[in-house]
Amino acid sequence: MLTLEKRPQPSQFWSYAAPLVAVVLTMIAGAALFASLGTPPIEALSKIFWEPLFGEFNFFYLPQLLVKGAPLVAIALGLSLGFKAGIWNIGAEGQYIIGALCGAAVGLAFYPMESRWLIFPLMLIAGALGGFAWAMIPGILRVKFNTNEILVSLMLVYVAEQLLASMALGLMKNPEGMGFPGSRNLSQYASSSSWIDQGYGMHWGVVIALIAVIFAYILFSKHILGFQIKLAGQAPRAAAFSGVNPARLVLFCLGTSGALAGLAGLTEVSGPAGLVSIDFNVGYGFTAIIVAFLGRLNPIGILFAGALMALTYIGGDVAQSSLGLPGAAIQVFQGMLLFFLLAVDVLTNYRVRIKQGAVA
Amino acid sequence: MNDPLLKLSGLTKAYPGVVANNDVSFNIRAGEVHALLGENGAGKSTLVKTIYGLVKPDSGTMTLEGAPFTPAEPRVARAAGIAMVFQHFSLFEALDVAENVALGMENPPPMRDLAARIKEVSETYGLPLDPSRIVGDLSAGERQRVEIIRCLLQDPKVLIMDEPTSVLTPQEVEILFETLRKLQSEGTAILYISHKLEEIRALCDEATVLRLGEVVGTCDPRTSSAREMAELMVGGTLHVPEREIGESGETLMKIKGLSVASPAEFGTSLKGINLDIRAGDVIGIGGVAGNGQDELLAALSGEIRTPAGNIFFHDQDIGHHAPDLRRSLGICAAPEERMGHAAAPDMSLTENAALTGRKRKNLTKNGFIDWASARTFAEEIIERFDVRTPGTANAARSLSGGNLQKFVIGREILQDPQVLIVNQPTWGVDASAAAAIRQALLDLAAKGAAVIVISQDLDELMEISDYFAALNEGRLSPLRPAQGLTVDEVGLMLGGAHDMEVAHVDA
Repeated sequence: MLTLEKRPQPSQFWSYAAPLVAVVLTMIAGAALFASLGTPPIEALSKIFWEPLFGEFNFFYLPQLLVKGAPLVAIALGLSLGFKAGIWNIGAEGQYIIGALCGAAVGLAFYPMESRWLIFPLMLIAGALGGFAWAMIPGILRVKFNTNEILVSLMLVYVAEQLLASMALGLMKNPEGMGFPGSRNLSQYASSSSWIDQGYGMHWGVVIALIAVIFAYILFSKHILGFQIKLAGQAPRAAAFSGVNPARLVLFCLGTSGALAGLAGLTEVSGPAGLVSIDFNVGYGFTAIIVAFLGRLNPIGILFAGALMALTYIGGDVAQSSLGLPGAAIQVFQGMLLFFLLAVDVLTNYRVRIKQGAVA
Repeated sequence: MNDPLLKLSGLTKAYPGVVANNDVSFNIRAGEVHALLGENGAGKSTLVKTIYGLVKPDSGTMTLEGAPFTPAEPRVARAAGIAMVFQHFSLFEALDVAENVALGMENPPPMRDLAARIKEVSETYGLPLDPSRIVGDLSAGERQRVEIIRCLLQDPKVLIMDEPTSVLTPQEVEILFETLRKLQSEGTAILYISHKLEEIRALCDEATVLRLGEVVGTCDPRTSSAREMAELMVGGTLHVPEREIGESGETLMKIKGLSVASPAEFGTSLKGINLDIRAGDVIGIGGVAGNGQDELLAALSGEIRTPAGNIFFHDQDIGHHAPDLRRSLGICAAPEERMGHAAAPDMSLTENAALTGRKRKNLTKNGFIDWASARTFAEEIIERFDVRTPGTANAARSLSGGNLQKFVIGREILQDPQVLIVNQPTWGVDASAAAAIRQALLDLAAKGAAVIVISQDLDELMEISDYFAALNEGRLSPLRPAQGLTVDEVGLMLGGAHDMEVAHVDA
């Protein structure tokens, strides 16, 4: 009989090995899945993991890695703050949309002015503030009325989506757009574009994500606030005894994750997406939840997890177009990754023992 | 009557790294109150769990009434006539007494019959109890009655009681003893686990002493002195903390009419507490668990904020100060629950040192933690308070309860507080370590700090306190000099018998 026995100490080895083992297990189970769909499994895996990085057309796919990875990493970093403290912001998608709308609004309001050093910074501030404000709604409701931030933040996603549709079709619609829905293309104006070098996929969102990784790393390894976040998540009573102010912590974690999601939204709408449209959001805010856990809520881990997740997106597209794999199969594949990670993660805190006899 | 009812021979149980019981043998006769004595970690719990079917011994045998007895699980042990009252109650606070009793039975009778039986048994044994009361509203002594009645309904041959008096006032202890004597006169054997020697001398017919898993002696508690038994238990001479009684200094902290609602459901709110805390004093606050101890500590440490005008430190109103601000002023505290309250179980000892030490030990600069200094501080605690651990990188949860307690108390004492508040400072700590902790508290007071010790161990309070006060249902009695207080007086201060009736023992 197999039994789980709690380790006196979390295992160092397994806390690093678990994500790698999970990736390998996902590949094995994914191969079985693809084979059962009638696709040669090795080829499918190589399309997903090999082709975008080292294939013939990697000059096209590699920049995509930055474009898709940056928002995932930035949002996941923000979420990881709250997740560590036991504050569950599920609505990053909504904060991402509102950040994009606020930033775009500033950019569009100044059209056709061309002062980049005024407009783009203002857009960044507006984007961050928009996401921050949207996240403050569940934050303040939780602090004042003890509502559940999971439900409130999630429901606000749908509100944000309606707002996005309304803006794309109404207020922000391009007056010169021949009646097509969607705003002016912000990425086409030097004053409001977030591109640094489109050829390499470099835009300000990538820069922000990398800076956020560094800040989050310092926060958790050196700063008292990071310590208090960890403490509040692991032992709430000990945190209260130590002097952590829970209300301030909730607002800080939700506010920061909202601001980062807002920045990710703004840099997306003024760069890779270009314009405010009905289908602007593609689920980065939800996928970032997986990225945060896949990266073990660790800033460096999240950087790698974001890159891996972006790779499965791009590789998934490659496999879809070249092998005819259904899109749902790719989503199942991504889901398996989180599933296996959570399963293997048990080994960090428990060890498996084989017990003889004692059959009840 | 002379054939043993329960015979243990050669019981051995080893866990990885430690032998909990090594070749333990002794007999219990019917109608005998048999004491099982030993320090924490001596193997008492493992032994009774073996008898109760919770632990399977590696080797050795048990016989009950002459027949081999190998209970595979507690159900089998209960069916054979073994009953046990655990130290920690397993009761549902939101259910009433009869429902709680029914939950512990294999085939509970209809509720109405059960209530009648509870009334009948409780009155026969002098443990009056209303079956329809909600357990959450009962005192600790009454909750224990629920557990005892649950056992008595099975007509046990052997009743095991694990530290039953730790939650009782002296008067309540007397009532319990009357009940146990009545059971004894009916032929029930009682295995009585305790480390309170005077009780054992008053109640028990025979005592078996365990040390490090082995039987180190048996004695007749009625003729042996408490000191002899203590030395058998510890295996050496006991060090009694010493102190010079000094004059009380200036008033450091003043509590005026403090009333606070408890943040916990079924918690006890504080009602009109007044207390003057002067430099150099050790104030002992006694009381049965659940009478507001946690709330008092939280109000003083800053975990619960209070309205203005209630708590003063050097004439400064600090009722709204957060714990960290109070620490900067010199008020430190150590709560009762070590795991998860005083310390974060999954964090390293270094991190746990920074948990409260960061202000007074200057472990942060501009909000950045100086981990090297934190580690040095943790090392200092480990060294000075003899904490047994491989190093500061170990998680707090890997420490034994006693070792973690030494770490927590040491962490506060080494911050050199002006006022230190501790709740149950030696709970679960072995006798020599407990003596060391008490000595450290006394040394701190000798240096001019005020120390408030909240404890349920009256012997401990009498040993170290200058002044004594009792906490009963959230109210604090006036301070009285500890010297010259008798056990009876202390008992009355603690609320006497909480209006519990004395056993009606039929002749």
